[in-house]
Amino acid sequence: MNKHIKNYAWIILFILFSIGSYFLGFKPGAVIYSNFNQFLIEMITIIPFLFILIGLFDVWFPKEILEKHMGKESGVKGIFLVILLAMLQAGPLYGAFPVAYILYKKGASVKNIFIYLGAFASMKIPMLGIEIGYLGIKFTILRTLISLPLFILIGYIMEKMVGKDFEVKEVKA
Amino acid sequence: MVLNNTLIFGLFTGIVLILSLVLDKNKTVLGLKKSWKMLFNILHPFLNILILLSIVLFFVPNSLIVNYLGANSGWFGFGIAAIIGSITLIPGFISYPLAATLLSQGATYAVVAVFMTTLMMVGIVTLPLEIKYFGKRAAILRNVFNFIAAIIIGILIGWFM
Repeated sequence: MNKHIKNYAWIILFILFSIGSYFLGFKPGAVIYSNFNQFLIEMITIIPFLFILIGLFDVWFPKEILEKHMGKESGVKGIFLVILLAMLQAGPLYGAFPVAYILYKKGASVKNIFIYLGAFASMKIPMLGIEIGYLGIKFTILRTLISLPLFILIGYIMEKMVGKDFEVKEVKA
Repeated sequence: MVLNNTLIFGLFTGIVLILSLVLDKNKTVLGLKKSWKMLFNILHPFLNILILLSIVLFFVPNSLIVNYLGANSGWFGFGIAAIIGSITLIPGFISYPLAATLLSQGATYAVVAVFMTTLMMVGIVTLPLEIKYFGKRAAILRNVFNFIAAIIIGILIGWFM
């Protein structure tokens, strides 16, 4: 229970601040609250759908199965699977580095590791959902379709340029 | 606009959910439980970010952003967007609303696309960490190639939108 209170401390403070601003007629408080309200409404209409999709994706495509098929001989199937794995995930790009280490350990090719990073950076399903919400479906599809061949190409170039002595090291916190 | 996108996305989610239920009920329930857990975990950091963004937006006037990245900023704005996007690390939850704001203030799609793409694919701030994982050469090369890709993406999107 204590942990929950700590987690939501800023939110409780913000609610108190907004109520206070309302009764005291504090203008900046009202503007900040109206900003917040706009963001909240925009997000509430997208987020629940988003997480339903992520959860379903997670049970239908377990990571273990995907990781088995990404080695040097995997060809187009490997590229496809590595992109699929990246799309399942969430978080900032540096969160993908530890996964890249695991892929490397499991024998994924250099090409597939960098394609994974490209897909992680620009095609994660949660982010695509938010992107559609904010920038529209045309922008999102167009950006994805242009990015996809580019980061696959980067995977091939990286394999050519660093492939020979490439290794991923484990970085401990 | 937002309502339309929500409708499409909601419809798509509904179809996927029904399909999943028909194929395997237990799996679907398990998936939905995972959905709920993940949503709950992200809820408070997410709300905190919205609060932060609401406050920042109050202090940074739109005119300032529009001046540098807006409709009349041209290649200068494009360059600024690419550089800011490459250096900084802004989570998607903040950067997408910001990008939408930029568009509504008259920024071009090219500027928004190059900003978003460099944010996603290039990371100067996280480069030291990346070097630890992949080595200097691979990490720097990856960032350089992704920067070039982001410029191409920005120009093409500006052209198509």
